[in-house]
Amino acid sequence: MNNKVKDRLATASFWAGAGLVICVLGGLLGYILYHGAGALDWHFITAPPETFRSGGGVGPQLFNSFYMLVLTMLLTVPIGLLAGIYMAEYSHPGKITDTVRLSIEALTSLPSIVVGLFGLLIFVNMTGWGYTLLSGALALTVINLPLVVRISEEALRSVPHELREASLALGADRWQTICFVILPSALPGLITGIIIAAGRVFGEAAALLFTAGMSSPALDWSQWWNLFHPGSPLNPFRPAETLAVHIWKVNSEAVIPDIRRVADGASALLVFVVITFNVAARALARAVSRRLQGT
Amino acid sequence: MSDVPGRVNGLEQESPAAPDSPGLRRRRLRARLGFAATAACAALVIVLTAAIALFIGSKGLATFFVHGADPLQFFFSTQWWPDRPLEDGGPLIGALSFIVGSVIISVLAVLVSAPLGVTCAVFMTEISAKWGLRLLQPTVELLAGIPSVVYGYIGLSLLVPFIRGNLGGTGFSVLAGFLVLSVMILPTITSVATDVLRGLPREYKEAALALGSTRWQAIRLVLLPAGLSGIMTGVVLGLARAFGEALAVQMVIGNKRELPHSILDPLITLTSGITMDMGNTVQGSLWNSALWSMAMVLLAMSFAFILLIRFFTRREALR
Repeated sequence: MNNKVKDRLATASFWAGAGLVICVLGGLLGYILYHGAGALDWHFITAPPETFRSGGGVGPQLFNSFYMLVLTMLLTVPIGLLAGIYMAEYSHPGKITDTVRLSIEALTSLPSIVVGLFGLLIFVNMTGWGYTLLSGALALTVINLPLVVRISEEALRSVPHELREASLALGADRWQTICFVILPSALPGLITGIIIAAGRVFGEAAALLFTAGMSSPALDWSQWWNLFHPGSPLNPFRPAETLAVHIWKVNSEAVIPDIRRVADGASALLVFVVITFNVAARALARAVSRRLQGT
Repeated sequence: MSDVPGRVNGLEQESPAAPDSPGLRRRRLRARLGFAATAACAALVIVLTAAIALFIGSKGLATFFVHGADPLQFFFSTQWWPDRPLEDGGPLIGALSFIVGSVIISVLAVLVSAPLGVTCAVFMTEISAKWGLRLLQPTVELLAGIPSVVYGYIGLSLLVPFIRGNLGGTGFSVLAGFLVLSVMILPTITSVATDVLRGLPREYKEAALALGSTRWQAIRLVLLPAGLSGIMTGVVLGLARAFGEALAVQMVIGNKRELPHSILDPLITLTSGITMDMGNTVQGSLWNSALWSMAMVLLAMSFAFILLIRFFTRREALR
């Protein structure tokens, strides 16, 4: 009897705990999107920010965030995928594998500000580039790499062993098996993982303060093809403040009168993009796996 | 890789009857190149980690070896006056209030998050898988995806005014800091704990229920103890994340370089101290160097957390 009452109480408290977490998230999302909805319009999304007056937007910041994301993924995905292939297909238990694993764990748990400082030291100062998009992307690569390696390794390991054996039995060598059998079947897992990793990168800020800088030059879209023009949007050697960094900067040191509006709008935009990434990852993975099973 | 002819990577046997036809040679070359590329990328991960430890470590140690600062003062004094002129007795770089601030705020965050995270994990695995899968799981994943500056901004615009209005103080406080952090690390703890509980053998629970225990007894006396080391891994991961979080914390804690006396006092952490000052100090100055030493402490702590996790994982493996 007594135990039954306790059981009921415990069950109730588990429901309460789960409910609390859902309420917290619901509250946060509602708060962000409700406040942000008022600030978001086409002008805000495309216009450059103002320094002293109100009415500025976040156009360059939004562009920088996406461009930074693309550069980072271009660097991380090949390296991470190859390292993941090594871990899943070639590594044997032993010292080397242990060291790689330990390094992955170490990189994963590094505070992003420490990575930012490392970037400041190497990609900003030692290379002589100064605060640039590329330095930022390289720092984000350091943050993102362990995640992508783990994602790749897990996706490859989840491919059934019979597929490997069948391929090898048909006379394919290991590398052919990896390229033409294992990678395609691991694709849905890879895509989901990589898109979610991309969402993380999109919101990262601490590592960028010291690598990509806290300012963005006026972008000159007529020069977009001219990679070395200082105002070219695609120039990787220009400073680039991202959306996440902008939110932080606006809140801690801006002097514009409409801080609230800019921060609300930018936060809503950021959250919106992250949610989109999550949904897209799921949808794409489902589509790819249906396709794979169809053939 | 083995040099035995006909073997690639020492793992597979080509037919010995086939001599070195151009096709075979090309295949073997491709296989070797592939292997080399993957191994090089794996090696890069090691090199990166070593480089970070080396560079941050050498910059951080320069405070003591180049500038000749006293490590005891750095670690055990709260006197932070890095720009004190020489005629007053020279700069002071006691970083104790930064270190204590980081410890207080991350431990408090874990004390809130760990029970809540485990509750969510048990809810999803034992109480209601349906609701868990449909509502709680996506919720937790979204919480993990929300960028940390957004958490900081919500803390700044919602929590800080609330504390100022209802509890007193300026609102920029220990309380605001650890509440923001606890929401941020909740997904980490929940997802690890969920994986651990899902991975437990079903027989554990069935045996407990067969012996006549209630569900709560099975959870408390069998499942949670069995998953304890795994759950602790999640808690340490959360702790590590809280300890290293910079911007969200910096936005809500007030950044006052003193030890807090109450939960409503402002404080400063290692990360927020670095964030605020790194851009304003001259390279090579003692002030700048002391900030690098703080980064080194962060690095050392994150290595310590990994050792702790390894300890728990090994205990898990021994079972």
